[in-house]
Amino acid sequence: MRNLMPKSALVLILVAAGAISASAAGSEDDFKTAYAAAEAANKEAGKLRNQWTTTANTLAAAKKAADAGDFDKATASAKEAEALAKASIFQATSEKTRWREMEIR
Amino acid sequence: MKLRSAIYLASAALSLALLTLASTLPSDAADKVDPVADAKAFKKFFTDKFPKVKLEDFVNGPYSMNEDLYKQWQDKEQFPPYEFSLEMGKEMFSKPFKNGKTYADCFENGGIGVRQNYPYFDAKEGKVITLELALNRCREANGEAPYSYVRDEMAALTAYMAFTSRGKPMDIKIPDDPRALAAYENGKEYFYTRRGQLNFSCATCHVQSPGERIRAEILAPALGIVNAMPIYRSEWSGMGTTSRRFTTCNSQIRGVPLSPQDDEYRNVEYYLSYVSNGLPISGPGARP
Repeated sequence: MRNLMPKSALVLILVAAGAISASAAGSEDDFKTAYAAAEAANKEAGKLRNQWTTTANTLAAAKKAADAGDFDKATASAKEAEALAKASIFQATSEKTRWREMEIR
Repeated sequence: MKLRSAIYLASAALSLALLTLASTLPSDAADKVDPVADAKAFKKFFTDKFPKVKLEDFVNGPYSMNEDLYKQWQDKEQFPPYEFSLEMGKEMFSKPFKNGKTYADCFENGGIGVRQNYPYFDAKEGKVITLELALNRCREANGEAPYSYVRDEMAALTAYMAFTSRGKPMDIKIPDDPRALAAYENGKEYFYTRRGQLNFSCATCHVQSPGERIRAEILAPALGIVNAMPIYRSEWSGMGTTSRRFTTCNSQIRGVPLSPQDDEYRNVEYYLSYVSNGLPISGPGARP
């Protein structure tokens, strides 16, 4: 077994943090593009049976901001959601083999 | 000097090649599904980690972790908070369906004292059947609507069935069927796989950290954890089924829960129950 915070966790945190700090342009088209990418990534995470609640929440926040006409905020949230979804995909993929490191033998 | 360098280089290259080969070849342990060895190692891990806890006491979860908590459990059992659910379950269990049949008609021994045999692997279906699933199938077979897997009715029925089986050792069988072994192995994989934004697996809390606090809660050991189901949780102010426990664990680590009784949950219950074989059924339980 390994430590509570393996390297993969650090990667996930860095990926998510990178998204949060990402700046976003503010047009409706930018939002639509970012939102579609986030939804696609989250759908892929769903196929891997590993969606995160935070991805869904961030997608909802993006939609809410877009509905209010704040496309800067909406695009930033959509990009954050995409990064979260990609991190969940990375997690599901790497855990396909890594889970054995924690197994009691 | 050149010769020495050449030897060093050759040694390094050989070591690297061996390491590469070792990392690409799956080990026997990783490939072979051996539930008997798993269960033995599982019990050893927990009894080594908690040498003062009797094997049969692990079913009391956090209450087995130290003397003070154990006393709390003994006091709680004087006026158990799950009693209302037990009474409700007893009444529901004996009440006939509209067609005149009862739950007893669906289970071996009339459903009394059989909790320790669930979940089981159904060869015909090729899947794991949990007690909660069997209860809903019984309802549907008799023209009744299924209950929610996470609500009070299901908790009450399973509480009553567990109560009639108290003290009986968990007795999960894995038939000599590759599908059963695959279900077991998939359950094990689910148990150890990290998920959710918090990057926790079931084992992060219940193998690496039992007895430790996570906020105000004391984490239960995985050994015997299913023997106490369903449970009354003070945090929930009510009863919770095994399905409720699995789905809430997932959402607590910021993972989107699967649907109750999806294959993954059925398989992880199969795995956890098997490695707890021999420990007594203690459900319904109470937890902080």
